[in-house]
Amino acid sequence: MSEPLIRVSGLKKYFNTPSGFLHAVEDVSFSLDPQKTLGVVGESGCGKSTLGRAILRLQEPTAGEVWFEGENILSYDAARLKQLRCRMQIIFQDPFASLNPRMSVFETIAEPLLIQGVFSKKDRTGLTRAVREMMDQVGLAERLINSYPHELDGGRRQRIGVARALVLNPRFLVCDEPVSALDVSIQAQILNLMQELQQQLGLTYLFITHDLSVVKHISDDIMVMYLGQVVEKAPAERIFENPLHPYTQALLSAIPIPDPDYKQERVLLKGEVTSPINPEPGCRFAKRCPQVTTACLKANLPLIEVEDNHYVACTLFGSAGAQHHAVRG
Amino acid sequence: MKMHMNHLPQTQTRKQRSLWQDAWRRFKKNKLAVISALFILLLSLIAISTIVIDLTTGNSFYRQYVIKQNLRGKLDAPSAAHLFGQDEFGRDVLLRMIWGVRYSLFMGILAIVFSTLVGGFIGAISGYYAKLDNVLMRFMDILLAIPSMLLATAIVAALGPGLVNVLVAIGIAYIPTFARTLRASVLTVKEQEYIEAARAVGADDFRIITKYILPNAMAPLIVQSTLGVAGALLSIAGLSFLGLGIQPPTPEWGSMLSNARTYIRDAWHITVIPGLGIMLTILALNLVGDGLRDALDPKLKS
Amino acid sequence: MKNNVLLEVKDLVVRYETDDGVVQALNSVSLSLQQGRILGVVGETGAGKTTLAKAIMQLIPTPPGVIASGSVFFDGQDLLTFSKQHMRSVRGQQISMIFQDPMTSLNPVMFVGEQIMEVIRSHNPEMKKSEARAKAGEMLEMVGIPAERAVEYPHQFSGGMKQRVIIAIALACNPKLLIADEPTTALDVTIQAQVLDMIRELKQKLDTSIILITHDLGVVAQNCDDVAILYAGEIIEHGSLRDIFKAHQHPYTEGLFKSIPSLASKAQRLEPIKGLMPDPTNLPSGCKFSDRCQHTKPECRDQMPPFVDVGGGHWVRCVLAGKGGVG
Repeated sequence: MSEPLIRVSGLKKYFNTPSGFLHAVEDVSFSLDPQKTLGVVGESGCGKSTLGRAILRLQEPTAGEVWFEGENILSYDAARLKQLRCRMQIIFQDPFASLNPRMSVFETIAEPLLIQGVFSKKDRTGLTRAVREMMDQVGLAERLINSYPHELDGGRRQRIGVARALVLNPRFLVCDEPVSALDVSIQAQILNLMQELQQQLGLTYLFITHDLSVVKHISDDIMVMYLGQVVEKAPAERIFENPLHPYTQALLSAIPIPDPDYKQERVLLKGEVTSPINPEPGCRFAKRCPQVTTACLKANLPLIEVEDNHYVACTLFGSAGAQHHAVRG
Repeated sequence: MKMHMNHLPQTQTRKQRSLWQDAWRRFKKNKLAVISALFILLLSLIAISTIVIDLTTGNSFYRQYVIKQNLRGKLDAPSAAHLFGQDEFGRDVLLRMIWGVRYSLFMGILAIVFSTLVGGFIGAISGYYAKLDNVLMRFMDILLAIPSMLLATAIVAALGPGLVNVLVAIGIAYIPTFARTLRASVLTVKEQEYIEAARAVGADDFRIITKYILPNAMAPLIVQSTLGVAGALLSIAGLSFLGLGIQPPTPEWGSMLSNARTYIRDAWHITVIPGLGIMLTILALNLVGDGLRDALDPKLKS
Repeated sequence: MKNNVLLEVKDLVVRYETDDGVVQALNSVSLSLQQGRILGVVGETGAGKTTLAKAIMQLIPTPPGVIASGSVFFDGQDLLTFSKQHMRSVRGQQISMIFQDPMTSLNPVMFVGEQIMEVIRSHNPEMKKSEARAKAGEMLEMVGIPAERAVEYPHQFSGGMKQRVIIAIALACNPKLLIADEPTTALDVTIQAQVLDMIRELKQKLDTSIILITHDLGVVAQNCDDVAILYAGEIIEHGSLRDIFKAHQHPYTEGLFKSIPSLASKAQRLEPIKGLMPDPTNLPSGCKFSDRCQHTKPECRDQMPPFVDVGGGHWVRCVLAGKGGVG
């Protein structure tokens, strides 16, 4: 096994709101090997996007450590942070909102090169060549170089977003719902593109999405989040074969399967969603959990390795609970 | 809207249009706004030519025909020799109107350019830096609490009447409006994902403000400024009418109107003509402003 | 085919005449829906799903929209011949519609109960206020919201609950047909599951027929009886759920299924459809899918293939139809 490219430990991000501290990301730890994809799934408000941004320091984490290529990047000053941007990048969800409407395709893709000083503004030929190469790599026709985003469809816009992220030649990419806003046929094109680029360029992805079929398709490992806490983490296949956490089970049972012969058994969730503002200690899913016990509310639960590389944070598992639970196959 | 912007024919290469070019195309369709813009352009050309004439003749033409009194033709009605008639001192009203354009229109524009720059700067800073927002905006609130005309009157009263003082007074009076306008749109644009994208590639605040925020936040300010010129023009005329603005014999439309009202029973034309001049110019500026708003607002795009 | 057809759309053509040209939003769309069934209408952005729903409701904004030809038979009567006033009494009363975004469909300054009452009273002007209030309470209970919450504002409800309120409003007058335009797209999957379960239960209880517009084939598979696939303003395939999911014949339908990552099987490379949806102001002649299709033949580009019944009410618009298809 190689050294992990990125290691996150105890990462927290709280937001100060008028009614108290919103615990968006609570004590998240994981490590990610080079050229692998970690999928992060969860429903809206579970903190998955905030996690991605906190790792990149687009939002300053409240506490924790982010080790990237052997250095804690949370200790970086502004100048080193700017250099770091060449090695860590992000692809955004909304290809309509993430591109400056007043900048052409060329300007958008050239912008990172100019900001980072890879090319000077005077070196128009070098810049143009770099942009054209990048466009070619992400499958954008050359004639679109002077187009503006509003003239293009969602799929092409998202290719611009990918090109902008890759033009600095990063090693690690946070992909924040990169295909959620796209139609299925376009979504498949972009997913394929991202897989090809991963192989060609040796990229490492943190792939954030709410779409479970997409995350299974692209990820090596999957991490399930609920209201800021990681509830389960396992290799992609195992999450689907053997989901352990009651929330993961409920989530998986709710996905509509595109096969009329597949009759789903729902794990129905009742009860109110816990507020992430100044939350009580303990499992945040407890109020909706069909298998809740008093132990769930005592303290925040640690992730326990139940089988090889399969972690879960639930009192039904682990040394304390000791009672192993029959799970769906 | 969704239907037509998503699709670019694959085979043909279309001429690429930026959003500004798109807006210009929409503006051109609004005939009233285009006519008004041409009218404003015509006035500007007139003002520039009067300035050129004054510079080349060393003001002799101005002294000879615009301000020199000719009491024999006092209050004469419009005629072939004097198309707009003559005023209470026998001066040609047409020439005075023509020479007056620069005071009314150009000073309006100058005052608004000043307050757009200052107000825009304050607005951009307070919209972008949340920490400065409160201080700057409370200060703007204080200015806003005083009616702009009253504020301008007070400033002129303190500094004394005169061209520059009027300019300063009106400029200051309009700052808070523009600061608020730009701040509001900066606040919206700041939350867009492309700002975060710029930050993710390492862009600094200056670059983000100038290259990402301002171009996308300018539209409401441009509209507001155009409408502001109309307001400023009216304020200049108003101040002059009250005797606080530009002093006679300078042919400013507002002071022409003010001096003429004594003779309204004997000579209607010397009141009506400057009045009409002010009215038409303001109407044109408002129509241009409306046209710009429609052209720049992507929500109305269909 | 049974006789109790509730809705029959025939050769419907809708155009939007914009400055940039004529958008051919719907081109000769035909479909039918039987009493008590759920029809899923599937299509990508810009395929004309929402236009179809609005055309049935007569809510196409004119200008720029024009219903150029065709007919919409509802309960045996052509809605396109109805007067505006007559149509208004049909909307809400007999045909209801729910929209995608639950956040913007409710009036933020009115109690949710009042919003339900308003619909009930506008269609039953003689009903007493107290009766309407009781009915509104009932409707809320029916969608799983305690009646006491009728005196709360929309912002006090979560997204899923708001969508339930909208469904309660839509069903308040017991319509025969409910058109749901992406009703769960803005919701999380666990909430989506609850809302869809509820829609199905209510359908049973009230015997309402439903048109469910969506882009999610999973939602269709788990909820619909019949399916229509819309592409570039045309229905290219229409049939029972099994026809479409197990025996589809149109290459576009095939492409859609190959584009979704499967949860059941091991991850493999996806096979997306090549290219993009054609520009609706400049559609190709002949089959609209011919530019992206792997099986294009010269005749595909000459004229629009006929809409043929390949058996048992399974309609396909493709030259390959009935010849073994593509599957």
